Amino acid sequence: MLMKCQEIDSVVSTVSPDSDTVLFANRVDKTYPNGTHALDDVRLRIQRGEFVSLLGPSGCGKSTLLRMFAGLEMPSAGHLRWWNEPRMPDYRQGRSMAMVFQEATLMPWADVASNVRLPLDLCKAGVEEREARVAQALELVGLSKSHKSYPRELSGGMQMRVSIARALAMQPNLLLMDEPFGALDEFTRNKLDADLRALWANRDLTVVFVTHSIYEAVFLSSKVVVMGASPGRVIGEVDIEGPAVRDENFRVSPEFLHYCQVLSDLLTRANVEHD
Amino acid sequence: MMRKELLKDPRVVRIVAPFLVGIVLVGSWQIVCVAFKVPVYLVPTPLNILQTLIANFGSLFAALLVTLKITLLAFLCAVVLGVAMAFLLVQGRIIEVSLFPYAILLQVTPVVAIAPLIIIWVKSPTPALVVCATLVALFPIISNTVLGLRSVNPGLLNLFKLNRATRWQTLVRLRIPSALPYFFGGLRISCGLALIGAVVAEFVAGTGGSGAGLAYQILQAGFQLNIPLMFAALLLIATTGVALFSCMAWLTHLSLRHWHESEMG
Repeated sequence: MLMKCQEIDSVVSTVSPDSDTVLFANRVDKTYPNGTHALDDVRLRIQRGEFVSLLGPSGCGKSTLLRMFAGLEMPSAGHLRWWNEPRMPDYRQGRSMAMVFQEATLMPWADVASNVRLPLDLCKAGVEEREARVAQALELVGLSKSHKSYPRELSGGMQMRVSIARALAMQPNLLLMDEPFGALDEFTRNKLDADLRALWANRDLTVVFVTHSIYEAVFLSSKVVVMGASPGRVIGEVDIEGPAVRDENFRVSPEFLHYCQVLSDLLTRANVEHD
Repeated sequence: MMRKELLKDPRVVRIVAPFLVGIVLVGSWQIVCVAFKVPVYLVPTPLNILQTLIANFGSLFAALLVTLKITLLAFLCAVVLGVAMAFLLVQGRIIEVSLFPYAILLQVTPVVAIAPLIIIWVKSPTPALVVCATLVALFPIISNTVLGLRSVNPGLLNLFKLNRATRWQTLVRLRIPSALPYFFGGLRISCGLALIGAVVAEFVAGTGGSGAGLAYQILQAGFQLNIPLMFAALLLIATTGVALFSCMAWLTHLSLRHWHESEMG
């Protein structure tokens, strides 16, 4: 398997974690009680400041892996490390984590500001600090004026922005995103991709982003982890060397198309091998 | 012009339309009774009932207050007990599996059948009647609140878990708000059942004298073949039921108007 991957110009990292490693998965395996083999021998190292996309078809275990990083699921075998610690760290400066789900997952009974404030309420941050951080987070996603609105009054794209603001309010150093823009139309999606990329570039933030869109993965990432299905496994890792500031021009550049081609080939070969 | 716009307003329509239906129904009732000379001991005319109601308003109103007191006490007990039991039931599968059949038992046992027993056990009349009516009103609160407390968006549950919410935080900030629409649904059913339970219990108990409720008025009127008085008492019971329901609908509206689909449009 590893041999074939190397043939197509990509290497699965087997390096050990160092002081800059934010997330580390070593020989992680996941089998569900019903026999589904969701993940097989996954090794992955994510460094501080990287924007990593997990790319693959449905059933390749990319969401499962992300949920493990979030502490919502346990591996059947192997182990995970967060900032070089075997357990998920408690909230503290420099090691905070937030997650954005597939759906906006907002509380329908609470207005936008209360939704964004929720994680701060739960960890009992100082009251004045909460308000300041909520205002700041809403400004970052361009929703300052909507803080009194209820989720049902907002469009899908705006709801997703609120969801992102809620994650940003935690001032996370690690942001896990599970196909956050999958349900949005292409224009909204491109806009949010660009905004997200700019947000990431301006702070000490590591992002792990699950997607099944090759274009989205190339546009956003500094590294793309390509995954295959049944069982879910890592096929290869591709570094994306694009410009630091990416805009719509990047989407039509030869470089962009080249990376799309590479990723597409990797995915296709993985599926042919499997068949 | 103005009139047309007024009729387009859904709030106006909601009041005017049923009101018109009522007028038509009562009007034709009056006309049929007068035209076919229906004897008053079979079907009294609406006018007749109204006259009787006004003539006997003092005693009827006193009886209404007695029934209303029992209804409200029973409703209150049902809400408190029902919510407490719902919280208990959702604590764990084993608790739910072992206790829920008994909650159903409560629902399927006819109040008429156990009322005599309760009246023997509980000696003073008012508490006995309250117990009977509570039994009738209890189940919808339990089952709806349990359903609500379980109907939590799994994504939100993940979010709470991710942020290490305590059990208490999850309950107060997530489970209770999620359960509210279901709980209010239970309230609407239950308030009517409390009234029915109170009246049925009064019938079975047959409590007379100064502390007697509307059921006793109906029984008495039946013995005397005073049909208009029966209708007048019936009218009061029905009006009370509608008023209770409207109160619950209003409470629901106040709590859910900002966010729940049922209160939109």
